[in-house]
Amino acid sequence: MDIRTTTAQLYLDNVTVSFDGFRALNALSLTVESGEMRAIIGPNGAGKTTMMDVITGKTRPDEGDVVFEGQYDLTARDETEIATLGIGRKFQKPTVFDMHSVEDNLLLALKADRRAFAGLQWRESEAQMRRIDELLGIVRLRGARERLAGSLSHGQKQWLEIGMLLAQEPKLLLVDEPVAGMTDAETHQTAELLKEINRYKTVIVVEHDMTFVRELGVKVTCLHEGAVIAEGTIDQVSENERVIEVYLGR
Amino acid sequence: MNGLLIRSLDRGATAFLAIVVAAAMIVPALNLLLPETSPLHVPTYIVSLFGKYVCYALLALSIDLIWGYCGILSLGHGAFFALGGYAMGMYLMRQIGTRGVYAHPVLPDFMVFLNWKELPFFWYGFDHFAYAALMIVLVPGVLAFVFGWFAFRSRVTGVYLSIITQAMTFALMLGFFRNNFGFGGNNGLTDFKDILGFNVQADTTRAALFAASCLFLALGFLVCRALVSSKFGKVLVAIRDAEARTRFLGYRAESYKLFVFTLSACMAGVAGALYVPQVGIINPSEFAPANSIEAVIWVAVGGRGTLTGAVLGAILVNYAKTTFTTGALAPYWLFVLGGLFIAVTLFLPRGIVGTLSHWWRERRARGETAGEIGGEPAPRPAE
Repeated sequence: MDIRTTTAQLYLDNVTVSFDGFRALNALSLTVESGEMRAIIGPNGAGKTTMMDVITGKTRPDEGDVVFEGQYDLTARDETEIATLGIGRKFQKPTVFDMHSVEDNLLLALKADRRAFAGLQWRESEAQMRRIDELLGIVRLRGARERLAGSLSHGQKQWLEIGMLLAQEPKLLLVDEPVAGMTDAETHQTAELLKEINRYKTVIVVEHDMTFVRELGVKVTCLHEGAVIAEGTIDQVSENERVIEVYLGR
Repeated sequence: MNGLLIRSLDRGATAFLAIVVAAAMIVPALNLLLPETSPLHVPTYIVSLFGKYVCYALLALSIDLIWGYCGILSLGHGAFFALGGYAMGMYLMRQIGTRGVYAHPVLPDFMVFLNWKELPFFWYGFDHFAYAALMIVLVPGVLAFVFGWFAFRSRVTGVYLSIITQAMTFALMLGFFRNNFGFGGNNGLTDFKDILGFNVQADTTRAALFAASCLFLALGFLVCRALVSSKFGKVLVAIRDAEARTRFLGYRAESYKLFVFTLSACMAGVAGALYVPQVGIINPSEFAPANSIEAVIWVAVGGRGTLTGAVLGAILVNYAKTTFTTGALAPYWLFVLGGLFIAVTLFLPRGIVGTLSHWWRERRARGETAGEIGGEPAPRPAE
């Protein structure tokens, strides 16, 4: 497959994924520019999570191109390689390492040599500890440093996972439903946090919560049945007839 | 390297090592130096019996490393133990020389009996201890590497992995039962005379084997501790608890698994090699799937993911087994074992050591923050 040059950081073209005949993604095309924050909305089953799976190498598309930074063909790489390229992912359900302390969770995520032998020779360094401290400040978990991640509240776990994402120092962050199960205050704080992160990194947010998406104030892409049906500002998209039809049902 | 050693030796680990090393010196001394009439004298059969338990403890340790820390439940670890045992057995067979029943200078008795004319090529070199020692580690290690390479790359996990490990040990058992496989068929290898020039039956040799088993247990424990207390160990636990997440962080989970699985198999091989001269026989029944399952039970009873628990579990369960199977209750042992497993699963899921250390941590945490922090992951209302 020849790689087309594109200025986009992430370029999906004509991506199709089917599971036993069901088309989870149907010729989906999407580009995200470097430094952009993009919100992806869509009803259940629209293919949002499948799209994330394709980008991060968990699912291989049947057809189509997925190109990162105009040169890396993501369809030919597995999860580990894609993570190393600089794409980080936060899952819908917060997945942190329950039996590790908050500090160790961040330590495991910190950008470093991932090979087994490096792990054997590893020793605590001051620079790493400072970075962890900084991250704990960003995600407001300073007081919970020694606690087991499993004992955190749902909202705190979401934040810890965002902290882990930052620790990886990715170029592109995929954030799947970051405010699910959060209180209004936490939702607001999360929006602020993501905006702050977006100052340095490209972010793709998948979210159901319209107030949250509105608060982010970024370009919105609406998916339905595995394809893009509308793209634009939140006001443009929410006035689009197809979108209304899809969300409210016929 | 120094930092690694300090990090791996917390108070519990140091105490454990001290006990094992002390046992390695005291038990042989009580056996050899005291007269038989002394109340503190340890009879030789007890030395051999506990030497056997220590070998089992090393096997349990190797299982705990992969199961307790990396979530790989191998139900075929007895195979690596048995392979190490066979490698040692082959060395011991070659030491018999002309003292065998048929007094053949090269061929072991069973080969003469089967009318074989010459030594099969895979028996070459086993008359040298160094070569046999190498094979004790290499054969289980290579098998585990090849097996793990395919299994972990294809992402076989959980119960499927357990089943194929079980199939592996079963297949080996069937192979070793066959006479033309070249390892003595169902009789296995036995009638050993010398090890490194010393009579295997002698009290001094038995005491030395006991001490060697303890020292290898201590060494194995040290290696495991160093591994699990490094960042490598943290990654193992991460793989155990959320493998997919670990991959998305950029770790190659299969490399980590392959490394510990191979190391664990080598440890099991050493355990088997130390076991054989102490019990005096190795036969294909060591490959029986039930043996591997029993070893997993020892770890569960002692507490997986604790290392010391695995050792304790192996010794306690085997001591109970010896006590039961030598008394009137002998026919009921398997019921006791099964019951024990169910009881541990239901009432003591962390095992003995796991429960104790959990209780201790809880108590300390409560002391510090007045019940604010629980060790148990529990959902908490958002703040």
